[in-house]
Amino acid sequence: MHPKRRSRLMTVVFVLTGAAAAVALMLRAANENLNLFYPPDQVAGGEAPVGVGIRAGGMVLEGSVVRAADSLDVAFVLTDYQGADFRVAYSGILPDLFREGQGILVRGQLGADGVFQAEEVLAKHDENYMPPELMPLAEANEAMPQTDEWVVPGRKCDSLDDLAPRSRKAAVADDC
Amino acid sequence: MTFRQFWHRLGSPKWFYQMSGPWQSAFAILAVLLLVTGMAWGLAFAPPDYQQGNSFRIIYVHVPAAILAQSVYVALGAAGVLLLVWRMKMAQLVLENLVGFGAWMTALALFSGAVWGKPTWGTWWVFDGRTTSTLVLLFLYFGLYALRRAIPAREAAGRACALLAVVGVINIPVIKYSVEWWTTLHQGATFKLTEAPAMPASMWAPLLVNVVGAYCLFAANLVAKLRTAILRQERGAAWVREWAAGEGRP
Repeated sequence: MHPKRRSRLMTVVFVLTGAAAAVALMLRAANENLNLFYPPDQVAGGEAPVGVGIRAGGMVLEGSVVRAADSLDVAFVLTDYQGADFRVAYSGILPDLFREGQGILVRGQLGADGVFQAEEVLAKHDENYMPPELMPLAEANEAMPQTDEWVVPGRKCDSLDDLAPRSRKAAVADDC
Repeated sequence: MTFRQFWHRLGSPKWFYQMSGPWQSAFAILAVLLLVTGMAWGLAFAPPDYQQGNSFRIIYVHVPAAILAQSVYVALGAAGVLLLVWRMKMAQLVLENLVGFGAWMTALALFSGAVWGKPTWGTWWVFDGRTTSTLVLLFLYFGLYALRRAIPAREAAGRACALLAVVGVINIPVIKYSVEWWTTLHQGATFKLTEAPAMPASMWAPLLVNVVGAYCLFAANLVAKLRTAILRQERGAAWVREWAAGEGRP
């Protein structure tokens, strides 16, 4: 390569490396704040600040949704299926995709009693798209993971949904 | 013709102009065929999603637009290196003529994402990793557009834009991995190079047709713009005068 071009190439590589390193350091320093929400283990573990506006996320625990008969109040439990969960109270209309086992994001404040007072509920969906005809098949072998962000990869349980919440936690703890 | 020869000739505006007429038509015809097929297939015939119903079909616009938004920027970065190091004439033309298409694709990805986000997430917009880094990409395109117009000398403007394009490429892996590095509301990647997509072929096949069609549209657009720009840039050259007197006479 021509020496002049070589030196220009080195300059470009140098500038690019420097800029990439700067961005990497900035992202590293800001890493905590770049996360959009606190997962259940951080909320339950006391890492999430109390009384400040934050976002938290998790999967809606099966059988935990309680609706008030005379208002839009609703309460449910968000879990990571790894033993950590927290309760959420919300008053308002839930998104269409809200259902048990669905990944959900809540914005609001964590109370001192450990109950998250949500002002906004958002549904998180995953990249597993499927025609409705295939639903019975998927249910039959339980092979469809829901949003699996809260589940450690490699740990898949075949019949988690049949278990009660307590034994579900135990099952996950035993690595299924 | 060896690759080396082809590469050197690609750097010559005259050779490129004389060769690229058929390329432009081929890419344009392919783009129309693929996009019409893919859109009709995806929007009318593909099955709805079990959870999202028909609103999932926005994927057939959103994913090609988002992939192109990033690919165009990578192409700009590559052209930037070619211009900075090898001073290739064609690289400057690519830098000048690709920004608009990339900006439109980014805007389309952001807009279709917002339209999709409202019914599924419950919000038009959220500042999570993926959406914010894509917004930064749009601003990078705006920056390239503004920078070129802010510097009157064409060569200096080209080098400044090349540097911004090269440095801005750092944003591309950030967009790509944002859904893995941080907790985001945005779902994971639809297409991964390493594994099969997590949906049946009746859903991903039309999407693939649309993505390939969008790349053809990108190529057709680029070749057409380059041909116009070459004529303008080389208007003093003998071959353009000959062309204007003969084939190009109005």
